[in-house]
Amino acid sequence: MEIVSRPHAKNLVAWSEDKPEMIVLSADLTGSCEVDDFRTAYPERFFSLGMAEQNLMGFAAGLAREGFFPYVHTFAVFICRRPFDQVAMSIAYPNLPVRLIGFLPGITTPGGVTHQAVDDIALMRVLPNMTILECGDATDVESVLDVAQSVNGPVYVRMLRGEVPRLFDRAEGIALGRARVLSVGDDVTIFSGGICTEEAIRATAVLRARGVSISHLHVSTLKPFNDPALLKTAAATRYGVITMENHSVIGGLGSAVAEVMAEAGLGKRLMRLGLKDTYAHGASRSYLMQKYGLDARTLVRAVESLMGTSFGLTEADLVAVRLTAVHSAARAEAL
Amino acid sequence: MAQAVRTRVLAHTLKNNGGYLSQACSSAEILATLYTRVMNLGPSRAPMIPPPFPGVPGPDNPNYFTGAGYNGPRAPHLDRFFFSPAHYALVLYATLIEVGRMAPEGLEQFNQDGSSVEMIGAEHSPGMETTSGSLAQALSQAGGVALARRLRRESGRVWVFMSDGELQEGQTWEALAALSHYKLDNVGIYFDVNGQQCDGKMDTVMTVGPIKARLEAFGANVFEVDGHDVDALAAPADQPREGKPLVVLARTDPCRDLDLLRARAPKFHYIRFAGAEERRAYQEALEQMRDG
Repeated sequence: MEIVSRPHAKNLVAWSEDKPEMIVLSADLTGSCEVDDFRTAYPERFFSLGMAEQNLMGFAAGLAREGFFPYVHTFAVFICRRPFDQVAMSIAYPNLPVRLIGFLPGITTPGGVTHQAVDDIALMRVLPNMTILECGDATDVESVLDVAQSVNGPVYVRMLRGEVPRLFDRAEGIALGRARVLSVGDDVTIFSGGICTEEAIRATAVLRARGVSISHLHVSTLKPFNDPALLKTAAATRYGVITMENHSVIGGLGSAVAEVMAEAGLGKRLMRLGLKDTYAHGASRSYLMQKYGLDARTLVRAVESLMGTSFGLTEADLVAVRLTAVHSAARAEAL
Repeated sequence: MAQAVRTRVLAHTLKNNGGYLSQACSSAEILATLYTRVMNLGPSRAPMIPPPFPGVPGPDNPNYFTGAGYNGPRAPHLDRFFFSPAHYALVLYATLIEVGRMAPEGLEQFNQDGSSVEMIGAEHSPGMETTSGSLAQALSQAGGVALARRLRRESGRVWVFMSDGELQEGQTWEALAALSHYKLDNVGIYFDVNGQQCDGKMDTVMTVGPIKARLEAFGANVFEVDGHDVDALAAPADQPREGKPLVVLARTDPCRDLDLLRARAPKFHYIRFAGAEERRAYQEALEQMRDG
C-alpha cells in the first residue's frame, strides 16, 4: 500500500493557486496543521490569529461575509469545543462559507484527552447548516477540498496529516453524500469512517476468507446523512449492521446510522464500535485503537457476535494482513 | 434627537409594561451621533416598515435578508455598522426612526410573534448585520470584515457599537489584540460605558477597570469622552488613525434625563413596572419629556 507523506500540505498549495478568494487562517499550529507550505507560497493569503479561537471564528465569519473563503486550520478540539458558541452563532447560523479544517481526529494523537477530538462530529452534527466530511486516506485528503468548496454553507472537515495511507483509487475522490462501497455481501454490513476503514479492510479480508459475505461502506459525509445506499445496504443484510468510528459511539456515525435505521423501521441489529462514552488518554495510536476497540480484532469479534459463531481467528491471522509500514514513519509524538 | 430616542423608548416601555429603558438613557447620544455625525452611510435600501421574520438563514432559504439594508448599500467608500449588544435593540430601532430610516409604525411590531423587530435583535432585525446576542462576538466579525476591506483596498470604515459589560468577555480582548496586530485602523469602536450589567453595578459583579489603560496596552487609540456630549462624541472619529484601532469610551449615566430610574439602583438592566403607582410616575415623566 502506498503511504503518502503530508498529502494535505502539498494538495492545498496546488489547489489554492487559482483561487484568490481562498484564505487560510491559523491558530499557532501552522506546521502542525500542514499549512506552512501554503504560508510560504501565498503569504498574502495567510493570517495567523494566535491562540485565540473565539476571535478566530469571528474573523473567519467576517471574511466570509465579504466574499472570501476562509479555511480555518487548527486541531479539531479547538474548533469544536473551545469556540463552540462562536462557530454556532457567528458561522453556522448565518450559513457562511467558512471551512473548518480540524486535525487530530479521535485517538490519532498521543497528546491526550485535551488534544483528542472524540466528540467533534457529535458537536458539529447538532448545528443546523453544518456539513461534515471525514477523510480516511490520502485520496480523501486530496479530494475533500473540492467537495468542501462546493457547499453553500459552513463545512467541518475531519482531516488527516502526516503519513497517510492510500486506500482508494486516486482517480476516485470523495463524493458528497455518497459512501464508498468497498465490498458487497449479504451476511453483515459494516459502515466505517476515517482511520477505522483501514482496520475494517484488514478484518473483512480475513473474514471473507472464512466465507463471510460482507457489505463494507466507507462513510465520509457525516452530515447531511442521506445516502440512500446506506439504508438499502442495511435493509438487505442478514445478521445486522456494525458501525466503526474513531469517535464516541454517541453522536457520530453510529448514532446517525441508528437514527436512519430506526426511522425506516428496520428491524436489524446494530453494533456500534467506537469510544464507549469515555475519554481516552495519551498513548500511541495502535495502543489506543486496541484499548478502545477500534481495531480489526474488535471488528472480527463483533461480526462473530452478530453471527453467533466463532471463526477461531487469532491475532496472528490479522497481523498477517496488517501493513506495519503504514505508521512507522509518522511523527506521532509531534504536536 | 437623542432626547427623542429616549422619549420614544420610554413611551414604548410604558406601553409594553417593560423594556431595556436604561440602555436608552445611557446610549441615546452615542447612537444618534454615530448615525448623524460619524458614519458615512448611504440611504436606507430597506422597507420603512420592517418585513416579517424571513426564516432562519440556510442554503434553502433564498428569502433571507439582514437588517443591514437600513444602514444603506454596500460600497467601497461607504462605512459599515456592527451593533454588538443586541439587547439594546429598542434603542437602535428608535434611532433608526429618528434618522428617518424606519417608520414609527415599524416599532409596533416590536417583540410581536413572527416579526423581525425582535426584543433581543439578530441579523434580520433592522440595523443589524450580525447575530450578536451572545455578547462580544460582533467585534471579531467586524475585524474580519475590516481585514477583507483592507485586502480589497476599500476606503470605507467599520464602526462597532459595544457595551462596557462586554469588556468582561475574553473574546473582546482576543479581538482587540488581533485588530492591533494587523493594524486595522479602519475599525472604530464606541463603548457605552454606563458601568452597569444585568446583576447590577459592574464594579460589584466583576471589575474591569482601568479600561482606558487596558485598551491602550492592547494597542488601541483611546479617547474618553462625555457620552452625552454630541460634539465630544463625534470628535475622535476625525483624529489621525496612526495604524491603531480607534476606541471611544463614552462615559454615560444609566439614568440620564430620567431621575426616576435612580430609585431602582443598583439594578437597571431590564425595567418592569412594580405597580400602577410606579407606572403613573413614569407616565408623568414621559409627559414632561414630551413637553420639555
